[in-house]
Amino acid sequence: METNVEIANSPLQPSIRKTRKLKMSNHWKKVGLGYLFLSPFLILFITFTVVPVIQSMWLSFTYYNMLQPARWIGLANYSVLFLEDDIFLKAIKNTVIFAVITGPVSYMLSFMLAWIIDTLKGRMLFSLAFYVPSITSGIALSVVWLYIFSGDRYGLLNHWLLNWGIISEPVLWVTNTKTILPVVMIVSLWMSMGTGFLVFLAGLQNVSKELYEAGAIDGIANKFQELWYITVPSMKPQLLFGAVNAIVASFGVFDIAVAMAGMPSPNYAAHTIISHLYDYAFIRFELGYASAIAVVLFLVTLGLGRMAMKLFSSNDE
Amino acid sequence: MTWSARKLFSRLNRALLYAFMIVLVGFTALPIVYMISTAFKPLDELFLYPPRFFVQKPTLRNFFDLLTATDSSIVPFTRYMFNSLFVSAAIVVGTLVICSLGAYVLSKFKLPGAGPLFAIIISALMFSPQVTQIPTYMVISGLGMLDTYWALILPKLAVAYNIFLMKQFIDQIPDPLLEAAHIDGASEWRVFWRIVMPVCKPAWATLIIFSFIGNWNDYFTPLVFTTSETMKTLPLALQTIAGGPGVVARSGALAAGTFLITLPPILIFIAFQKLVMNTMVYSGIKS
Repeated sequence: METNVEIANSPLQPSIRKTRKLKMSNHWKKVGLGYLFLSPFLILFITFTVVPVIQSMWLSFTYYNMLQPARWIGLANYSVLFLEDDIFLKAIKNTVIFAVITGPVSYMLSFMLAWIIDTLKGRMLFSLAFYVPSITSGIALSVVWLYIFSGDRYGLLNHWLLNWGIISEPVLWVTNTKTILPVVMIVSLWMSMGTGFLVFLAGLQNVSKELYEAGAIDGIANKFQELWYITVPSMKPQLLFGAVNAIVASFGVFDIAVAMAGMPSPNYAAHTIISHLYDYAFIRFELGYASAIAVVLFLVTLGLGRMAMKLFSSNDE
Repeated sequence: MTWSARKLFSRLNRALLYAFMIVLVGFTALPIVYMISTAFKPLDELFLYPPRFFVQKPTLRNFFDLLTATDSSIVPFTRYMFNSLFVSAAIVVGTLVICSLGAYVLSKFKLPGAGPLFAIIISALMFSPQVTQIPTYMVISGLGMLDTYWALILPKLAVAYNIFLMKQFIDQIPDPLLEAAHIDGASEWRVFWRIVMPVCKPAWATLIIFSFIGNWNDYFTPLVFTTSETMKTLPLALQTIAGGPGVVARSGALAAGTFLITLPPILIFIAFQKLVMNTMVYSGIKS
């Protein structure tokens, strides 16, 4: 008490207040500087990501063709989209089939391959071999795939299958509506050991060795139990990242489908949500309608991403 | 089973595993090997029946054809290469500086509003970039930037994944290291360039690679934003060569073009592979 009073009366007091003031202004200086450093990112991120998402939502309730001002039409775009636009329904069906198969398959495959490679000698070489397809240009490599799946007997696959007597006449792989989508899936799977795969590889290296030793003492009997009880739980952040990546990639399928099957593809057999979006936005310039497609895609991928986040949430540890 | 028999069994198992993996690698490498081999095939080998996988008499003629023959289509092939190289390089430099600076602030400044902003960035990882294409197109066209380099570069700088990756890495830098520098009187700007950036070398090596490769191969953005032949990048140009009339005559040039567009990403990745693998650990999302 006494010392307090003394200090309050002492001539030191103003200088204490001054340093406090200085500290406060230092704090605000740092905040200002922080926002200054952040501003290039913030401005570009808001202009090209945040505002566009909101604007897409607004546009999806309008009729807009860039020439006349947008006209509010309520839910009309959505009702046409889901009730009348057969091609969109086909695009949704194709995209969902594609995503439901290639998403999980590429995800599991990436993880299993990373898991096996992690135990092998020559990790770097093996991982390079599986990763390289994902960094090639889908458009460029489609030239090779189109040759492999070529519909005449010059096509490599047809040539081999004919030679082995599995088929008696050439299959029109990329023009037959039944085989287009599977072909697109195969090419996409081939290209899908990408960022997720690398993240898994790195994560596997970082699982602490002590956990495995402790597990052995606790009676973990084989490699698969070890995988399930130790590896998977300690890799949740990486697994989540991989899942988000796989979801976005599998619903964003476009360029491989265009490169393999053309645009529009025969009988729309390889038409995807993005193909439909591109068609209406940048060929027909019906931007309101195209925005409704974008919003559907946004909600689906974000919803699945959130679900993945719940599934892999590391709070329960 | 005796101990040595068990050992033999497990050895056999491993040998089988290696064999299986090598076959798998062979299978995934098939299209790439074929692509490389085709780029060097002389014309008569390109149309051989039955098709032959490997080149017999390698030649560089396809590359000369590519560089000279596409001259007739007004724009020389080198122009597409320059466009791709320039756009990818500009994006890489820009995004590296912008996202690293932003990540440093988000990680170490404890700004009011940083938490919600980071949550939005995480959400932005979760949807396809094509979702924002229409309003982005409107902004670019409103600014009069359609069919310019700006249209291809500007929307690609503030990428959620890049700032996320840099922040995860900068989070690992111990605060005392930065405080020591501050006490020595270094400004934030100096601390960022002299301490944060050198420590983050593996992270920005990763960012450079992903950003370069992603934009080098990007097909959708130039498809939407460019209209003239002189602004096209390699993937579009390649598709023009592949799809136009007289495909047969140009299939040698096409094979060479495919080779040229595929090579840089692979070489860059090989050069930085070790650094990348070390960074990827921090790419996990903690929820």
